[in-house]
This record gives sequence, C-alpha cells and structure tokens, in this order.
Amino acid sequence: MTSFRIDGGTLIDRNDVRRFTFNGEVLTGFGGDTVASSLLANGKQLVGRSFKYHRPRGILTAGAAEPNALLTIGRDGRRDPNTRATMAELFDGLEARSQNCWPNVNFDIGAANGLLGPLLGAGFYYKTFMWPAAFWEKVYEPLIRKAAGLGRASYDPDPGYYEKCWAHCDLLVIGAGPAGLAAALTAGRAGVRVIIADEGVQLGGGLIAEGSPVGGKPADAVLADIIGELHALSNVEIKKRTTVFAAYDDQVFGAVERVQKHLPEGEINPHRAMERLWRIVARQVVLATGAEERPIVFGGNDRPGVMMAGAMRTYLNAYGVAPGKRVALFANNSQAYQTALDLEVRGIEVAAIIDPRTCPNIDYDGKARLIAGAMVRDTAGRKAIKSITVRHDDGRDEVIAVDALGVSGGYSPIVHLACHRGGKPVWSDAHVGFMPPENTDGMTPCGAVAGKAGIADCFADGGVAAVKALAELGVMGEAASLPGVEQTAETVDHIQPVWHVASTKGKAFVDFQNDVAASDITLAMREGYDHVELAKRYTTNGMATDQGKTSNVNAIGILAENKGVSPGEIGTTTFRPFYTPVSFGALVGASKGMDFQPVRKSPLHGWAGRNGAKFVETGLWYRSSWFPKDGETFWRDSVDREVNTVRTKVGICDVSTLGKIEIFGADAAEFLNRVYCNAFLKLPVGKARYGIMLREDGFVYDDGTTSCLGGNHYFMTTTTALAAGVLTHLEFCAQVLWPELDVRLASATDQWAQMAIAGPRSREVLSKIIDDDISNEAFPFLAAREVSMFGGRLKGRLFRISFSGELAYEIAVPAGYGESVADAVMAAGEEFGITPYGTETLGVMRIEKGHVTHAEINGTVTPADLGMGRMVSAKKDDFIGRVMNLREGLVDPDRPALVGIKPKSPSDKFATGSHILNPGEDVSLANDQGYVTSMCHSPTLGHAIGLALVKNGPKRHGEEVVIWNGLAGTTVTGILCNPAFVDPENEKLHA
Amino acid sequence: MSSLVKCPHCGLRPREEFTIRGEVATPRPDAGADEALWFDHVYLRDNPRGEHREYWHHSGGCRRWLVLTRNTLTHETSDVVDASTLKLGERA
Ligand SMILES: [Zn+2]
Repeated sequence: MTSFRIDGGTLIDRNDVRRFTFNGEVLTGFGGDTVASSLLANGKQLVGRSFKYHRPRGILTAGAAEPNALLTIGRDGRRDPNTRATMAELFDGLEARSQNCWPNVNFDIGAANGLLGPLLGAGFYYKTFMWPAAFWEKVYEPLIRKAAGLGRASYDPDPGYYEKCWAHCDLLVIGAGPAGLAAALTAGRAGVRVIIADEGVQLGGGLIAEGSPVGGKPADAVLADIIGELHALSNVEIKKRTTVFAAYDDQVFGAVERVQKHLPEGEINPHRAMERLWRIVARQVVLATGAEERPIVFGGNDRPGVMMAGAMRTYLNAYGVAPGKRVALFANNSQAYQTALDLEVRGIEVAAIIDPRTCPNIDYDGKARLIAGAMVRDTAGRKAIKSITVRHDDGRDEVIAVDALGVSGGYSPIVHLACHRGGKPVWSDAHVGFMPPENTDGMTPCGAVAGKAGIADCFADGGVAAVKALAELGVMGEAASLPGVEQTAETVDHIQPVWHVASTKGKAFVDFQNDVAASDITLAMREGYDHVELAKRYTTNGMATDQGKTSNVNAIGILAENKGVSPGEIGTTTFRPFYTPVSFGALVGASKGMDFQPVRKSPLHGWAGRNGAKFVETGLWYRSSWFPKDGETFWRDSVDREVNTVRTKVGICDVSTLGKIEIFGADAAEFLNRVYCNAFLKLPVGKARYGIMLREDGFVYDDGTTSCLGGNHYFMTTTTALAAGVLTHLEFCAQVLWPELDVRLASATDQWAQMAIAGPRSREVLSKIIDDDISNEAFPFLAAREVSMFGGRLKGRLFRISFSGELAYEIAVPAGYGESVADAVMAAGEEFGITPYGTETLGVMRIEKGHVTHAEINGTVTPADLGMGRMVSAKKDDFIGRVMNLREGLVDPDRPALVGIKPKSPSDKFATGSHILNPGEDVSLANDQGYVTSMCHSPTLGHAIGLALVKNGPKRHGEEVVIWNGLAGTTVTGILCNPAFVDPENEKLHA
Repeated sequence: MSSLVKCPHCGLRPREEFTIRGEVATPRPDAGADEALWFDHVYLRDNPRGEHREYWHHSGGCRRWLVLTRNTLTHETSDVVDASTLKLGERA
C-alpha cells in the first residue's frame, strides 16, 4: 500500500501513532488525524457506496459538509452509524466500517442498480410503486426499506452518559476561523462575557490550513498567539468540538459538544458526558461560520479522487497528506490557485488548472499548465479516478491522466443559523452565492459568511463585527488587528458561475449523498416540479443527512439556468435546525432508563415493600397493588383474601397518592362553593364533604372530599390522576376568574402520608393509637379533624370517610412519620387480623359499592349520568359548569347513566369495554345501549360484577341484556341492577 | 414560539417551565347571561396570523397564570402580565 503521508501537517503528532481498523483491515494514523485524513494517508480513496446506484465514492471534503464518507464507527452500544469520516477524530483502537455495500465496498452487488440508472431517475418511487395497492405492504415497502437507509443503529443500549446544560453570555461567537477569533479577541479585551464555539478540534478554521505566512510569521505561530491570549482572558469561554446547530427565538442557541467521542473505550470517564447538549443564551451574536466550497456538476464528478480544492489544501497543510501524485484542478475562482501553489511547494505535480474563465486574470506564478476557457466534462477510472476529459474552448477534447482532481465552483456562505428564525438569504451576483438575510437582529455576520475572502480581510471584518455587537451592549471596543498585516483594499474575486457543464457525458451528480444527478433536476422541471421546494422533494436533492450543504446551491443554479432567471429568483428552500445531525444520545440527555421520567414513591413505599407489596406504575407513582401471602400464587388469591378480610375484620391501605391541596383565606368557602357543583358554603368546621367538580362545559372533571379544618382553612383531596390538573384548575379560577376572592392554595400531596383503615374492627384498631374519643357519637361519619396520637407525641388528621363502604377512617400524618405510624397500625391491628391491601382490592371494593372513578368519569358524563344529579345545586347562582350543564343534550333522560351489571348465570364472566345490547337485536351502533366501564370478580358475592353506562340505565334495574365482547367474539346474558352491590342502605358506613 | 419568557414575578425563564392553556377567551359571562355568550366563552377560539393573547401558566415556577401577547408570525413576545390584571387592572 502506497503511503500518501508527506512532510508537515500542523494538526498531527507523528510521535503518537494510532492503530485502527477500516473494514477489518488494520491501518495506522497519527494523533490529530481524522478518520478521513488517515484513510487518505493510507491510500484509501474508496470509502463507501452511494445510496441509490451504489457507485464507488471517496472523501469529498475535510469538514462538516461531507456527503460521501459516512462510516459506522465503534461497536456494540457505542456504535455510531452515518459518522462523517471528516469529523471523526482518530483514536487508538477505532473501528470504522463502510456502509451501504454488500458483501463489501470493493465488490458490491447493489452496484447493478447503476446499470438501471435510466429507470431509477427522479420520481421513480412515486411512479413505479403506485399499484396494485395490495402490493404496498407486502412487496414494495419491504423492498424500499431494504434498499434505502444508510448505516444501521445499534440495538444495544449506549453505555455512555449524556447531559444537557444552559450557558449565558454577552456575546456568542459562532465559528473560530480568522473572523471569529478576531471577534472573540476584540470582545474579550473589552471585558464582556464571551463564548466562542467551533465544531473543530482546534480553533483556527482557515488559519489551520493556511500554508503561507501571515504578516511575516508562520500561520500556525500567529494562531498560537491568538489562542494563547484567548485562554488568558478569564471572561472568554472556549468551546471546541462544539457545533452550534440551531438558532431559536429570544437569542437561544442549541449546541452540541462532543466531550468524549474522540476517546478510546479505556480512556472514557463514565462519570463525564459523552456529549453535552447546550442551550446558550446570548445577548449578541457574531456569526463567523465561514463558507462552503461548492462542487461543480460534470460527468463522473463523484469518482473517488475528486475532492474539493480547499479540502486538498487542508489535508496537505494540516494533516500532511497528499491528495495524489499527479493532480489537476478545476476551478472557476482564484482561491483554488492557492491550492495549486501549496501542492507544488510540497513537490506534488499539478498537471493542469482548468479554469472556465477565458481571462482568469490572476497572479499565479506556479508551474502548472493553465487551461483557460475550458471545462472538465468527464472522468474515467473504476474505483478511483485515472483521467479527466477536458473540453477546450475550441470544442476539442483532451484526456489528461491524473490520480486526483481538485474542484472549486465558488463559495456558499454558511447562512443556516442566520435563517433558522425565518430569514431568507439574499442572492448576490458579485459573490455568486446566497448571503445572510439583511436583517439579522442581534446577530452580526462577518468573514466568509459575509462574503469576505482571505485571512486578512476576514480577521479585520471579525473585529469590526465585534465592535458593532459591543456597541449594542453599550460597551466601547477596539477591533483587534493582526500584527504585520497591512489592510489592503478589499477585492472581490471574479467568479464565473458554472452550474452544470453542458458538454457532460457521464452522470453528473448534484447531490452525492442522495444520488441526485443534473438530469433528475431537469426531469423534475419537465414534469412540472420546477418550484424549488417541489424540485427538492421530487428529486430528494438536499434531503439526505448532509441537508444539501454541497448540493443545494448547484440545484438552484441548474433550475435558474434552465428557466433563464437569476438564482435569486428561484430562492432557497427553508433552513431549519439542525445544522448537522445531532445524536439521539445528546437529545435524550440523562432521560433514559430509570431516569426517563421521575419516580414518585409514597411516604409509605418502604412500609409497603416490607409487607411484600407488588407495585404497579400509575403515572409517575409506584403504588402497592396487592400483598401476596405465603401460598398465594395468583394475584386474585391475594385480592380475594384482602377483600374478605376488610369486609369482615380490618385492613390498611396506602392512599397517600391522592392529591392534597391546602386552601386558606377569608373567601375560601365561597371559592369552594364556586368550584364544586354541590354546596360548600355551610360546611361546618370538623366536617368532610364529598364534592363533584365540573368543567366549564358542564361535564364532570374530578371528585374528592374537602374538609373544613378551621374557619378559613380547608383541606381538599383529589384523585391521584388529576392531582396536578385540579391544582392548576383551582389556580386558574383563583387568579384569573375571581382574583377578587381572598384565597390561597398550596399543594400538600407529598407532605402527608395518608392511610385508609377500613373494616368493622377499624375503630378498635385506631382507638389503640389515637388519644381522642373516636366513638360513633364523638366522631360520626364525615367527621374530620386533627387528633392527638400516641399519648400526645404526634398530631394527625383523621377523616371518617369510606371508599370501601365499610366503617372506615383515613388518617394523615406528616410524611416522615408515615412508615412508623403504618407499622403501629399493623401492630395494633394484629389481634383483629388486620391485612394490608392495595389498589386492586381498593378497586374491587369500590365496584362492589358502586363508587365511581375515572373509568366512569371519562370526560363525557354529567353528575346525573353518575346518579348524583341531585347533588348539583339548583340554589347556587354560579359555579363552574352550571350553565353548560343545563344544555339540552346534557339533560336528555335517555343519556347513558350508571347502572350495575351482573351475569345471569353466576359462572359467566365478561370484560370491561364490552357493549350492552337489547336481547335479539343486531350488533350495530344504532342498537348500542352502552358499555361496561368497570368489572371485577366480587369475592363478597362470589361472581363477576360490573358498572356500566347504559341508556336510561337507572330505570332498567332487573332488565336482561346482552353483554357483547367484539374483541373476543363472545356474548353473555347479563342483568342490569343497582350499582351498590354491597350494603346499599349504607348501614356499615354509619356503624 | 418564545424560547424565553419574562415572567413578571420570576424574570426571564425557559419556556419549558410554562404550560400553555390557549387563547385568552372572552371574559367569563355572568351566570344569567345569554347562552350564546357562554358558547363563545367555552368553545370559540381564534387562530390569528399575527398578534395573539394566550394564557401561560408558570407551572414550574411561581405558579401564577400569565397573559402573554405574542405574534404568531414573527414570534415576537410584546407583553407578559399577571392574568389577574385582566379583571383587577393594575391593582393586582
Ligand atoms: Zn413566575
């Protein structure tokens, strides 16, 4: 294997030899290399296959715009597909693989697609895979999916840690080339807080690859001085390996910092982020993102060995890599001549410079043969370029043998961040490119993105931009200058636009990554898709992972040329974040695994765990769902036992997850009266009341109890699911609807451990730990007040309320005391046979009692639908939902309403969600009578029971119906009944 | 849409701390008001191109309801006030 490594290279360290593999082959490079530079140094021009035609492709650029050299790097959970070889730093042990080729990059079966080229043009998929429709799912889609896509994501979890951060600064400088460095120096010296971010490994941009001295000093020495000063300024924060990928509203910028992606496995610190997602808030911004060199569209322009002229210069000067042994350049501008000079200085033969301009008028004094007024029309070579065909201005063709071709079609300012907030770039004939929008509020473009060229001009412009930004901040600044550099009069290079070489023979590519050729764009035009946004989608030009960084302007140019208008008239497609792809890891940050969302644990979680609870996730909460005992193998065994124990003895259940809201204020009673549909004005101190809250549209929102604990002090409980929603709703009512009321709200859900003690022996159990008299006379049903516990050592809040239908209490104690109080209740209840019970038993007992939850309160029911129509106050002037609750459709007597349901034959079962039909009627929407909202096995009754919302249900108790389960295809005969299956007279409650 | 919101109580805070309820509807009618007023209040919302007033709740901050005036076209936020001022005026 020939080495292309030559002398020099400002970025590499030749003492630091690094071994890596490429498609299994062991190769070496140096510290400071990218994967791309080390592959080129090893003579690997062919690195991948193209997306559609599987054509051999090489490395085109030396930066973020790379469309071809996408590799899969790493293995297992650290495998990153579609990594640009030009951005990936080489580390010892790195594993890189080509993509989109099978069985390998050198012999690829899919390359047969190349022979089908004429068939696979723009719109091919739209036209071919249209019919028959039945073929879509079985034939076409799997076929397209197999052919499409680039690298494959790993199925293994990424072991790396990722994080998200905010940063704030006075001035954000995006890009650290000459312009950005000058801006950062200028602002840094003025004392404001500066962040300078650059996607590269080193600051410097164009200075890194500059082969010529700057102001009489070597460019790398000049750069070192600047970086040294920036490091010394404590108000300047330097962010390397950091891509600012988006400009959001209010001067917030998204950036991703690659913290440890460049390290070998053994050197990765597991406690440091692999990547860090930044949101940077900047008062002012200097945009110094530079310009992207454009390819030229000519036959065979995608052959490995064809490279951007500027990239050649970077590989030469920064990495000490020769692009070839005999190189030609094809350029329509003068900057590319610098590449020719630098190549010649390193002893590389420049065979020819092909310049379409008839009078290039440049001061090039090198040895290369200059062919003016000519174009490259084709290239030859199988997996690498062997020769080019030049069409002279007299129409004559000449074949020149080369092993590399540098191309430069002009420069496209990298305007993305100036356009993310909706600005449209402006075409400039002078620069032959789209410039940043004129009004970039708070953002000052400078350097190459503003159309400047050359180190001196860009540096000077950066200083000026910073002075302007500082003035906006009210700070005086003086533009930094490069020592020894005389500011010359600004000259604009005369660039001759070449959008498409007309004499092209072979396939001429516009978008390398999506394999869009010039002929595809003209085809799109012929078929009527000549608007830039339509042409993009019809041809997929610019829709690949590189988002058309090297292709969009050429596509616009070709459209313009064919329509005979200026590219400015065609305009660009919309610029949207992200500038370059951002890893899912960075976007996810720390939110993965158990950190995907917060975990809420009740203050009694530990107690429940010690008692053997099985937990269930309900929203963020982990609730105890049942407590298996020895010998119980099936959840129903435990639940049946728990229900029977509570109904005959006593049980304890954690109800801490219910929402709890403290309500204070002179108008608290009036406030409650307005948010509940039932009356609350006269709730006495020491009493709890069940309340129903409506939405303003008249439907039930939530239910719960509210207790009056003092004159201006109330305590509300909500359902677990709507704890946050109810608080937000109450805040809206208090702050927006009735700000004149004196009422204050505070969430207390997490402050209290609350447990239900239910069952006929519950009073006896609680009497052992509560000091106060809690006899039925002293503490009747719905009593609610503070009680003394454990001989005055603790105060708790006791409520005589019951969800189970048994004699029951709820006791609330400060959260930290929860576990010891629950332990004390268990100890006190031991002699009565107490059992802990969970949400499953809670659910069974409430169904047995006909109590509703959000299975019934489903957003479409009124209080009347739930059998609580009489609770809705007819006396109150106003409450939330009063007016809309009286609407015609909401008071229709035929509305589905709450009813109990049981199977006619006690051994039959039925499922929640089953629909109710009248016997003998067809299954149809018109015949639908309602549906089962909840069901369970009732251990008390010994058969299945359920609740249902059925048309006119309350008047149909005893009626026989059909319970139809469409999913299982079964029907069961059921009987409608009173929803209170157990103790309908409420005798147990009041015992 | 705004990335940062200037809460009158907490200062400049990230959008993620806020919950948006939607357009500031017509004022809540009196209980005895015409049904049409109630329908308008409960159901009818505009979706303007341009200036738009919305309820934003500083749910991850001071928990006050705010009225935010923003331009749906330019994304410019021109005003943020405590929502109680709708009814109380400057007394709030
Ligand atoms: Zn706030």
